[in-house]
Amino acid sequence: MLRHGSRSLFNRASATSMRRRRQFSTDLPAETVEDTKFVESWKKMNPNMDPPKTPSAYMKPRPPTPANIPSKLTVNLVLPYDSVLSSKEVDMVIVPATTGQMGVLPGHVATISELKPGILSVHEGNDVTKYFLSSGFAFVHANSVADIIAIEATPVDRLDPNLVQKGLADFQQKLNTASTDVEKAEAQIGIDVHSALNAALTG
Amino acid sequence: MSSSAAQPFWRAAGMTYITYSNLCASLVRQCLKEPYRSEAVSREKVHFNVSKWVDGKPEKPTIRTDTPE
Repeated sequence: MLRHGSRSLFNRASATSMRRRRQFSTDLPAETVEDTKFVESWKKMNPNMDPPKTPSAYMKPRPPTPANIPSKLTVNLVLPYDSVLSSKEVDMVIVPATTGQMGVLPGHVATISELKPGILSVHEGNDVTKYFLSSGFAFVHANSVADIIAIEATPVDRLDPNLVQKGLADFQQKLNTASTDVEKAEAQIGIDVHSALNAALTG
Repeated sequence: MSSSAAQPFWRAAGMTYITYSNLCASLVRQCLKEPYRSEAVSREKVHFNVSKWVDGKPEKPTIRTDTPE
């Protein structure tokens, strides 16, 4: 009887209202999925004890794709040390995918794309906020939630143009003097990043 | 089914994605203006301790650290 006391502490209402402060892409009003065969065989063996929960009972099912396309896109931009945007409702984001600039609108097909160093622009009404991402991934979910992860994301006005130019020249130099594959790769990465920084500052 | 697809140049040179991504991030941090640059320095600090095990016994650990002891 005392066992059931703790269960009411974790009852659905309080738990979901606590979790509802941030909308995750996997957030769900849901039912937990139960393994019925296991539960039945347990009950046969041991009718007096509640069956233990399996990991799948704690898993939340994929959030349903809404029938109508939502009017806003929910964006989460997270870095290892900070969440820059957390469930922000916007009209559109343009992400710098390796395959080119990709615009994401509400109702976008579910996509995973690797990002190259470049600018992420967040469009909300008439405001456009730009962040320079160092590289990362963008996950767009079917329910119009976009998760963008990067290691560094800075507003463009925090970048120093002189350092960028100097870095670009340095790495071009390094590419000419590079001998091993790794050195060449590092020099090439330096050139890519600095040219992207340059384009961000001048564009 | 899976043939060796075209790889990015850094993977062909033996670099992993994590190394690539960390390298890009540190290059971006080096191009920041003050005061943001000094804040970013703390993000690059690492502190770890690696010991190789030989015949079931650990050898002397190598400590890699940027924090002054």
